[in-house]
Amino acid sequence: MSATLALVACGGVLFAAGTALLLARPLTRILLGAVLIGNGVNLLVLATSGPAGQAALLHPGSDPKDMADPLPQAFILTAIVITLAVTAFLVTMAYRSWQHSGNDDVPDDMEDIRVVRRATYAEERERLRAAYRRHRLEYRALAHDQEELAAREHSAYQRMGTVRDRYKEMRRRARADARAFRARQARAEETAEETLGEDDPWQTILGADR
Amino acid sequence: MSGGAGPPAAAAVAAGLVPLPVILPLCAAGLKLAIGARLERVQRFISAAVLTAVLVVSLLLLVAADRHGPQVMFAGGWAPPVGIVLVADRLSALMLVISSSVTLCVLVYSVGQGMADNDETTPLSVFHPSYLVLVAGVSDTFLAGDLFNLYVGFELMLTASYVLMTIGGTQARIRAGAIYAIVSLLSSMLFLAAVALVYAAAGTVTMAQLPARLDALPDSVGMVIQIALLGVFAIKAAVFPMAAWLPDSYPTAPAPVTAVFAGLLTKVGVYAILRTQTLLFPGHRVGDVLMTLALLSLLVGILGAVAQTDLKRLLSFTLVSHMGYMVFGIGLATHGGISGAVFYVAHHITVQTTLFLVAGLIERRSGTTDLQSLGGLARLSPLLAVMFFVPAMNLAGIPPLSGFLGKLGLLRAGVADGGALAYVLVAGGTATSLLTLYALAKAWNLAFWRAPTPEMCAAGTVLEGAEEDDTGPDEADSTHRPRRRRPPRRRPILTRSGGAATFGGQEITTSATLPLSMTAATGALVLFGLAFTVLAGPLFGLTDRAADELIARTPYVEAVREG
Repeated sequence: MSATLALVACGGVLFAAGTALLLARPLTRILLGAVLIGNGVNLLVLATSGPAGQAALLHPGSDPKDMADPLPQAFILTAIVITLAVTAFLVTMAYRSWQHSGNDDVPDDMEDIRVVRRATYAEERERLRAAYRRHRLEYRALAHDQEELAAREHSAYQRMGTVRDRYKEMRRRARADARAFRARQARAEETAEETLGEDDPWQTILGADR
Repeated sequence: MSGGAGPPAAAAVAAGLVPLPVILPLCAAGLKLAIGARLERVQRFISAAVLTAVLVVSLLLLVAADRHGPQVMFAGGWAPPVGIVLVADRLSALMLVISSSVTLCVLVYSVGQGMADNDETTPLSVFHPSYLVLVAGVSDTFLAGDLFNLYVGFELMLTASYVLMTIGGTQARIRAGAIYAIVSLLSSMLFLAAVALVYAAAGTVTMAQLPARLDALPDSVGMVIQIALLGVFAIKAAVFPMAAWLPDSYPTAPAPVTAVFAGLLTKVGVYAILRTQTLLFPGHRVGDVLMTLALLSLLVGILGAVAQTDLKRLLSFTLVSHMGYMVFGIGLATHGGISGAVFYVAHHITVQTTLFLVAGLIERRSGTTDLQSLGGLARLSPLLAVMFFVPAMNLAGIPPLSGFLGKLGLLRAGVADGGALAYVLVAGGTATSLLTLYALAKAWNLAFWRAPTPEMCAAGTVLEGAEEDDTGPDEADSTHRPRRRRPPRRRPILTRSGGAATFGGQEITTSATLPLSMTAATGALVLFGLAFTVLAGPLFGLTDRAADELIARTPYVEAVREG
């Protein structure tokens, strides 16, 4: 089998450009990327049919040796139809996403963020608590045995204080983080309400395009 | 074709049955789109009748394939490599039987849900046609005799699944659907590129002709094709490095959709891996890679499940984890490994679907699937507790249930293999089984034991959809009520994957009495899962014979050649 280098190279470039677009957040870019990759793959399939030739029609005077391989063409036709359907679906989804939130970015999974956040803070809390307990024990032992030493040095006491401050700081951070998280969720819902909440149904459909 | 055992007439009839599991649901879907949202009873009857017919046809095909060898049908009488070949061998027919049983039960469940929610439009005009197309696509992938038809089957299934995933168009579902659609789309494109690669290298895509052609190719080319196909199917099957999309996207869909996706769609990927790795690339060439991926899937998936606090997400992570068992069996590539993998696929489809349906029922009963808000369900709804407990223990692999038997088969195959990696996987598999038990026991303790909270006892709380006023233009027009601000919610903003339980994403109220058809469908699936335990002997016999057929390769190839 011989393949045309131009087709293969063109397919490769389309594939690469499409992949770059797929990595973006907005659904419209992803859509364009999908269209590019779809066309790139179709070119690659076409490249498998070898050199160009006559149409695959059996009629008097036709020679099967001159014909192009029709099977990849059938593959491509099927693939084009499928890409069309998927493109239509993605356009709808981008539009719906815009109706909901005013943009068509694909947002992060909130539940996922929550699990990760909980894990991070739980670890930090455990660590700080353990450190605090250790320092407190040290300080108490110190204070018990040699009170004059404790009064002189106070270092264990100070360490305990530092850890307590860090613990408080962490909790402040965690609360601020949680507030920001809730605000983010609420904002997403607000926008949805604003966009969808009009009495006029045409406003819902046309929105800013009106 | 019949191998000489059966009368030719019976064999011809059986071969004529082969395309029916694809054609019947497709025709019914077209009919339903034409009818639209009218004639509710007729429509429900059509869906149920078609899926029952598919189940009967699949059973007949299984008997025919088991007795007389693979059943082959050339669409339009065109012989390969030009025409479309549909082949039903033991593996395909077994998969068809399981998938059609599960889809029938889920259909009954979804009809019950639509009736209970007084929501007739969305199910009839959107859910039923898409669902039937999905069933047709799944059947087509199981029956496909060439790689391109396999691609078309995948696309049928996926396009329908995009619609089902975003049904109702609520914000959460659009978000989840976007991730799902993009990942699936990319894998489809890679699949098509891999098909092109196969055609360029071997000059055919018919699976029965490929073994001889691929064997003649240089080893490096064969390796590239194998890895390309494996990568594509691993995305579909949600094997570890390519699994991150699954727990992100599955939990937001309505319960019947999530259930059928979790049960079937990933297993279609496993089926494709099994088919290509045995028929096209026999031997142990990428066995180590597959087994490593299986180990990572098992452990990473189950550790993810342990960290979750939402029941649906927990189940999604166990799904990712248990994919590892099946890939383990395929990676072994021995008779025992493949037989065990086929058995495990059959078991896992049923159990995972049942658990997601039960999660849907829990959501209807208590308004959430967040484990921290649930509690005391065992006292409030003992039936629900039984229906959760049995499949949960089955999934964790408690003897004598089929989950235990499936894992036992795989672990024995691993020990028989005797390699160091196989032993590591045996250990990993056992650890995963225990961790699954831990995760499910945690879910059980939180949701079913504990004292029920006052909110749990009170049925009739509003179960919020992800969107409240999202009724679309026509309905808003007819009611035309003045817009009111939403009252501040009492529920802490914790779970986002719960909430939208209905098809249309509108709100419903929780109730203590669950709809009969939903409970009955879930109960039927629980019993179906238990049937694997009772009939484990004959089923293992069947999977052994299927593994024989897969490893020998000649029955499949010969059947298609003789046609």
